[in-house]
Amino acid sequence: MIKTAFKHAFPKTIPVFFGYLFLGISFGVLMIGVGLDWYWAPVMSLVIFAGSVQFVAVGSLLTAFNPLTAFTLTLAVSARQLFYGLSMLERFKSVNGKKPYLIFALTDETYSLLVAENVPEGADRGWFYFWISALNQSYWILGSTLGAVFGMFLPFNFKGIEFAMTALFLYILLNQWEANADHAPTLIGIGSALLSLAVFGPERMIIPAMIAILIGLFAYRKRRERKTDSARENGGACS
Amino acid sequence: MTTPQIITTILIVALTTLITRVVPFLVFPESKKIPDWAVYLDKVLPYAVIGMLVVFCFKDTPITAAPYGLPELIASLAVVILYKLTKRMILTIGGGVIVYMILIQIIFVSK
Repeated sequence: MIKTAFKHAFPKTIPVFFGYLFLGISFGVLMIGVGLDWYWAPVMSLVIFAGSVQFVAVGSLLTAFNPLTAFTLTLAVSARQLFYGLSMLERFKSVNGKKPYLIFALTDETYSLLVAENVPEGADRGWFYFWISALNQSYWILGSTLGAVFGMFLPFNFKGIEFAMTALFLYILLNQWEANADHAPTLIGIGSALLSLAVFGPERMIIPAMIAILIGLFAYRKRRERKTDSARENGGACS
Repeated sequence: MTTPQIITTILIVALTTLITRVVPFLVFPESKKIPDWAVYLDKVLPYAVIGMLVVFCFKDTPITAAPYGLPELIASLAVVILYKLTKRMILTIGGGVIVYMILIQIIFVSK
C-alpha cells in the first residue's frame, strides 16, 4: 500500500523537485550570504517548511532579537495559508493519522499538486498525499542544505538571487492568468496590494491588503451573482 | 543574535506558520458543513493572493531615484517572455534570476 502510493506520487512531484531544489539553493545561499551558519538552513527547512516565510525569517534573524516582530512578520507573510486549508477539509478526511503532517506540510506547491491531482485508482489516499508532501519537503531540505554548503565554498557574488521568489510568484501568476478566463480575482489582488502599499507603506501593507482583498472579492461575488442571474433571466448562456 | 535567540526565533516562526495552516481545520472540523462563502473564497483567493504577493515583492523597489526600478522591470519582462516562450518553471525562474543578477551586479552598479 505504501509502495504503490509512492510509485504514483513520485512522478507528480518531479516539477516541484526542480523548483524546490533551485529555490532551496537560493535560500541556503542567501542565509550564508548574510553571515548565518549553514546548518540553520536544514533546521529551518525541517521545522518551518515555508518558502516565503523562511526568506523573510532570514531578515528577522539579522536584526535584534524580537519575538513579537518575528511573530507578526510570519503571520503577515503566511496569513494566506489560512485559506489553503479550506480546500483540504474534504481531502484530508480519514487519512489514518497522517493528517497532522499533511497540515504541517501544506505549502503553496504541495497545495497546488494536491488540488490538481486525483488520487490514482488502487492507491491509498492518505499515503499518496503523504508521499507528495514528504517528497516535496525532502527536496526543499536538500536544496537549502546544498545552497548553504555551496555558498561557503563558491567565491561568487550572489547579490540578486532573492529575485527567485519574485520570479516564482510571477510564474504562478502567469500560469493562473492563462488557466482562468476570469481575471477579476487576480486584478483585485494586485489592486488591493498597490492601494495598501500607497496608503500604509511597504512595512505594513500585507494585512490591510488582505482585508481589502476580502472586501473586493465579496463585492465581486455579489456582482458576479447578479450577472449570472440576469444572464439566466435573459435566457443567455452564462460563462 | 545568540544561538538560543536564533533557536527561539526559528521556533516562533515555525509555530506561527503552523497556526496559519491549522486554523481552517479547527474552525471547520470534519463533522461540520463548509459554508458557501468559504467555498467561494476557496475558488478566487489563490488568484488574488498571488497578485498581492507579486506586488509585495516589489514593495521596497525605489522608483523615484536611480535606477528607477529598471532592473526589476527588465528582469520581470524577461520572466514574462521566458514564460511565453518555454512555459517551463525552471527556465522561467532561472532565466529571470540570471538576468536580474547581471543587471544589478554589472549594468546598474550602485555607488
